[in-house]
Amino acid sequence: MSTTAASEAMAFDNGRPWALSPQVALRPESFGALAYHFGTRRLSFLKSPTLLAIVESLGDQPSGIDACRAAGVSDEAMPSYEKALATLAASGMICERTAS
Amino acid sequence: MTLVEDAPPATAPVGKLVDQFQLGLDAPICLTWELTYACNLACVHCLSSSGRRDPDELSTEECKAVIDELQRMQVFYVNIGGGEPTVRRDFWELVDYATAHHVGVKFSTNGSRITPEVARRLAASDYVDVQISLDGATAAVNDVVRGEGSYATAVGAMQNLADAGFAGFKISVVITRENVSQLDAFKAIADQYGAQLRLTRLRPSGRGADVWDQLHPTAAQQRELYDWLMTHGEQVLTGDSFFHLAAFGEALPGLNLCGAGRVVCLIDPVGDVYACPFAIHDEFKAGNVRGAGGFAGVWRQSDLFTELRQPTSGGACSSCGHYDSCRGGCMAAKFFTGLPLDGPDPECVRGLGELSLAGLGDTVAPKPSLDHSRITRRTSVGPSAPEQTAAPVAFTPRRPDRACDENPLANFEPSPSSC
Repeated sequence: MSTTAASEAMAFDNGRPWALSPQVALRPESFGALAYHFGTRRLSFLKSPTLLAIVESLGDQPSGIDACRAAGVSDEAMPSYEKALATLAASGMICERTAS
Repeated sequence: MTLVEDAPPATAPVGKLVDQFQLGLDAPICLTWELTYACNLACVHCLSSSGRRDPDELSTEECKAVIDELQRMQVFYVNIGGGEPTVRRDFWELVDYATAHHVGVKFSTNGSRITPEVARRLAASDYVDVQISLDGATAAVNDVVRGEGSYATAVGAMQNLADAGFAGFKISVVITRENVSQLDAFKAIADQYGAQLRLTRLRPSGRGADVWDQLHPTAAQQRELYDWLMTHGEQVLTGDSFFHLAAFGEALPGLNLCGAGRVVCLIDPVGDVYACPFAIHDEFKAGNVRGAGGFAGVWRQSDLFTELRQPTSGGACSSCGHYDSCRGGCMAAKFFTGLPLDGPDPECVRGLGELSLAGLGDTVAPKPSLDHSRITRRTSVGPSAPEQTAAPVAFTPRRPDRACDENPLANFEPSPSSC
């Protein structure tokens, strides 16, 4: 990860409202999902079904944390999901919702 | 590719991603589709021995039916190649049809049809990516492999794409003994045109079998390439081409596995489905998209793909400490050099492949099942003189004797000037 991406990841705020980028398609798989961004042409792997559930519901939840909780993520497990979401945000797979 | 790492074991009851991929997915992650065997060039290393169109190539309607299937299977994008795909009359119609059905297109071209107008049209679409083939950072090195004038054609196309504002198109380089020393120069060209560099491995497939001995990188060059790739990381794409080099140490970016029939495959111009683009041989043919089950039927039910998804033992490599990194290397590279599939890659970084090759003696390696090469080859590939015919390069179409010291670049001095 480049320095820029790392600092963006650090700036990720899971308390804000997020949504899957409209340019991203998800393909559910047994391990989670494939995510493809048609704009950047990058393929990413969501490595758990829970992460897929979170990403799919992001747009309907008031915040990233709410989406994680709705998918059954415990407080203990929260940091690893925040990290995964930060990575997705840094690569433009998910975007912050500005108006709601 | 990036891996989005995640997850405490309790919420992620799946094994390592690579292990999942070894067992295959319901649909390919990425698919190569060669639309035609016709080509206006006659590159000496052509994987698909292209040249002449095959009369049995898929019709426009058949191609659209394949695209419909890819959409249903959620294949995000296809890598379209050939031959030279843009020579098909319905090429743009098929590109438009694919993107309208949410199947992204990345197509490989020698650039001969990337006019300023085409470049502007391409730049306007998010769903189309272009890959210009270039096998030398100078005309001298490029043209001996791809044909006289092909460097100028590629550069013209790159200029048109850059002028049209197409950022991030790909420049695709097959790494050879003659161009390893030009890695920095290739990177500079990519930077100059706002493009991204993609490096892939020379395979002994198609006509590549005829030149592999002379053109594949030496052991020292493999190391040089590995070090360069490690330095440039994710800025440079490799299509997971060099996973056999992972045995040098740290894994290269990418999946580092052979995805043949598991996460990738090839559809050829007549609809035959092969395990990978480098394995056009009956041995690796799984079926045809014209069959009753269509492409999905071949992908999900063919005997060959089912077999390829079985766990593999590693054979002669299983006791090697590097097996977990290189996984025995490339199936096609082994097959077309006559090596056993469960042994080392011919370019095994420990030199075990070279030893095996030396032990083959007079054994004849399998030949490609198809050959669409033109008998006469064109000298000039530019639009100015497309009809000239002559033998442009000194490569012989026969497989050279291993003991022979014949150098395909004899009497050829690469120009020291940069592009």
